Amino acid sequence: MFTNLEKYKTTELSKVKRWEKVAKTEVFPENGGSCIKLGELQIAVFRFSRRNEWYACQNLCPHRMQMILSRGIIGTEGEEPKVACPFHKQTFSLKTGKNLNGDLCDLATYPIKVADGYVYLGFED
Amino acid sequence: MKNIIVVGNGMVGYKFCEKLVEASKDFKLTVFGEETIPAYDRVHLSEYFSGSSADKLMMAPRTWYEEQGISLRTNELITQIDRENKTVTNHLGQQFVYNKLILATGSAAFVPQIDGAEKKGVFVYRTIEDLDAIISYGEYAKSAAVLGGGLLGLEAAKAVKDMGLTTHVIEFAPRLMPRQLDDEGSGLLKEKLEELGIGIHLQKSTTKIHGNGKLTGLEFADGHTLAVEMLVISAGIIPRDELGRKAGLEIGQRGGLKVNEYLQTNDPDIFAIGEVASCNNMIYGLVAPGYEMASQVVNQLTGKSVKSFLGFDMSTKLKLIGVEVGSFGNPICVGTATKTIVYKDKNKGLYKRINVSQDGKKLLGGILVGDSNEYSMLLQMVQNEMVLPPEPEDLILGKRGGDENAQWGGVAVLPEEGTVCSCENICKGTLTKAIVEGAHQVNALKKCTKAGTGCGGCLPMVNDLLKHELKNLGKNVKNVLCEHFEYTRQELLDYVKIKKIKTYSELLDKYGKGEGCEICKPAVASILSGVWNELIVRQDSIQDTNDRYLANIQKGGSYSVVPRVPAGEITPEKLIVIGQVAQKYRLYTKITGGQRIDMFGARVDQLPDIWEELIDAGFESGHAYGKSLRTVKSCVGSTWCRYGVQDSVSFAIKVEERYRGLRSPHKLKGGVSGCIRECAEAQSKDFGIIATDKGWNLYVCGNGGSKPQHAQLLVQDINEEDCIKYLDRFLMYYIRTAEPLTRTAKWLQSLEGGIDHLRDVVVQNSLGLGEEFEKEMAFMVSTYACEWKEVVENPALRARFKHFVNSEEPDPNLAFEEVRGQKTPVDWQKY
Repeated sequence: MFTNLEKYKTTELSKVKRWEKVAKTEVFPENGGSCIKLGELQIAVFRFSRRNEWYACQNLCPHRMQMILSRGIIGTEGEEPKVACPFHKQTFSLKTGKNLNGDLCDLATYPIKVADGYVYLGFED
Repeated sequence: MKNIIVVGNGMVGYKFCEKLVEASKDFKLTVFGEETIPAYDRVHLSEYFSGSSADKLMMAPRTWYEEQGISLRTNELITQIDRENKTVTNHLGQQFVYNKLILATGSAAFVPQIDGAEKKGVFVYRTIEDLDAIISYGEYAKSAAVLGGGLLGLEAAKAVKDMGLTTHVIEFAPRLMPRQLDDEGSGLLKEKLEELGIGIHLQKSTTKIHGNGKLTGLEFADGHTLAVEMLVISAGIIPRDELGRKAGLEIGQRGGLKVNEYLQTNDPDIFAIGEVASCNNMIYGLVAPGYEMASQVVNQLTGKSVKSFLGFDMSTKLKLIGVEVGSFGNPICVGTATKTIVYKDKNKGLYKRINVSQDGKKLLGGILVGDSNEYSMLLQMVQNEMVLPPEPEDLILGKRGGDENAQWGGVAVLPEEGTVCSCENICKGTLTKAIVEGAHQVNALKKCTKAGTGCGGCLPMVNDLLKHELKNLGKNVKNVLCEHFEYTRQELLDYVKIKKIKTYSELLDKYGKGEGCEICKPAVASILSGVWNELIVRQDSIQDTNDRYLANIQKGGSYSVVPRVPAGEITPEKLIVIGQVAQKYRLYTKITGGQRIDMFGARVDQLPDIWEELIDAGFESGHAYGKSLRTVKSCVGSTWCRYGVQDSVSFAIKVEERYRGLRSPHKLKGGVSGCIRECAEAQSKDFGIIATDKGWNLYVCGNGGSKPQHAQLLVQDINEEDCIKYLDRFLMYYIRTAEPLTRTAKWLQSLEGGIDHLRDVVVQNSLGLGEEFEKEMAFMVSTYACEWKEVVENPALRARFKHFVNSEEPDPNLAFEEVRGQKTPVDWQKY
């Protein structure tokens, strides 16, 4: 299995050295998620159209180590944008990666930007 | 700042932290726990066996301790206290200075001296680690005995039974729960547990554990033996007083650290709370007194008024494998002058006893077996010394005849200072104040008052109180969908219909707030389908993953595929196609409970290809993924069966094809049987039709699952046409009015007037909605289309079925292994 959590590290926007162009904006469903493959990494990208925001985090749910989060329903808890894992409805903040309804470890989150109709993900290396 | 050190991170140790940080932030608080994980709920430990995760049992996540500024050190054992220098030392030799030390080290399982207790297969029942060991050993065992027929022993027996083992309970005393029950109560409980297949062995003193290295059986003092493969010891507790003992603290007569009424040991800077404290030579093995001790120590440290701890009510209520037991106040009243009132009903399996004071004015205690509904109310009466009604037997028999509104009990007459939650010691006044201040939901009320967060036994009462107070405040009590919609499902459905709303976003803009969530999105999706019946994948991001990919997600992230096989009738040709498709895509196949075939292990990108082949062969979606009609199960009926009186297969096909694809608040299952023998098990379905020699009997609102319910007879001896008419009305009424994810049986329970009301609406047309319901159903039937056919034929929709958007590769993490010649997913990876 390749699902080790260690490969996923939160990247700070200020430390981004490389912006990876991943896909056209239109391939992402409105108010939903899709999965991006980058080498061995699987990144869940969410197009939160209602808030005009984009988010990216690891696709791996740390609860049962399932590659699934991009298929989760997104929404808000108070002001916090969140995603719910389809398997057992664990919810995570899309901003900070924190587990909102339990004690699981944080998700790694990645800076994301949109330019010229394309989505870019930020990395430190 | 003063250093406070808590040794022991169990329920009571945790409660101390919670109360202290709530009262004051002027302390530096350090907590040591010898277990690897933070404090968890031991009271509900048996839920761990029925699948509750350790996370769920946790009192608070690690982050909570961080947020509160508490230094939590798990996996660290304190080995020494230096009272002179006021330090403690952990097993790594590190020293920590305290100003006040709280010992909440709890207790360990008491293991009686039995020859052979060291053998493999002998366990104690105390920690999550014990449970893990029991679970893994239990996988290879068929039978187990629990030593101890007390509260904890019976909890352990439940857990062992949930693991599927043949279960025995062995008790030294002549009755079960000897502290809480009398002979009669214990006798009934024993009968009930035996009915459930649990062997009860009373007055047995275990002398020897047989087996060569591994347990094979038990021997008792009376010479009898019992062959079992496992033994779980739950025969009592012994206080973990070794740390205090070593430091020279005084010890109580039955062990435990001796404390005064302020929970102080003989060292004024060291307190003991919970099961390690010995107060008047009494050890309290329940959580409520432990919490009270924690509160009183916090009050002292923060300079609040302190109540001295002089003893504690040991009332308890629990549900054992479906048998309710309650014991409150002074249950047995040995040596106390008392009058008892006893009610026994062998037929219904009830035993109720109340002990009334000699002068007939006060309730002293009692016992409830079989039905503990009155527990909270009776406990209040004891604790608050409330005056008994003129006929005290009304308390356990209910008011018989006369004025039904004359209330003698319940929340309304409870005084403001009356305790509602005894674990947290919350009185009615605190709760009513919180309700008036805006806590209008049970969860909010639990959060701000902590009531109901211990054993949970008072929650029905908290709920009653909430409803009562809201009514007083002039509020309507209603079940709103979630934080985004302040409406019930029924209200939203009405708005959707009247305002012709077709999308989730539009409904949220008009009637909601925030941006939705995993609760309201699928619920609204179900409402929209139930009104407009449009293709659900058009709004795919509001659907749960099963409805988004029109297949059932399984462990590992693959999906399963179920084509519709109406009434379970299938031609050999179609069977062959299913076999060929499964073979081609290497799918695991299994017959479902609903008379069809499930194909597991399909990748998301394979789904459209699989369905293209199935549709070519004449199949259509089985909607196994949807909250919608699943199957209408049938027996062969009069066409083949020598007993059949009607053609059940033809009718089942007709019914299944009529309601296929119908979206509803929860899944719907039906059944049609060709005679009274009921081989289709129609009475366990949401609707069941059973042939009679005159026509059909229609049953509604049954289900299988965790809480099986028999369907109830709605109407008798009707023809096919009427049967379908009543089904149309029944289903539409359910779809319109049920809460989200509520099966028909639960919906019926919440309908005022129950089955009689339902019959009035459906058969007598009392609301005058019959024709409207029929028209709506006709619309659903005429607009039905196979979702998979539309996806297969629509390249844009089809393109959504892939794992990555930037690569055609499938998910490289999907992994399968072979079991009995077929593939299965690898097990969950452990976190």
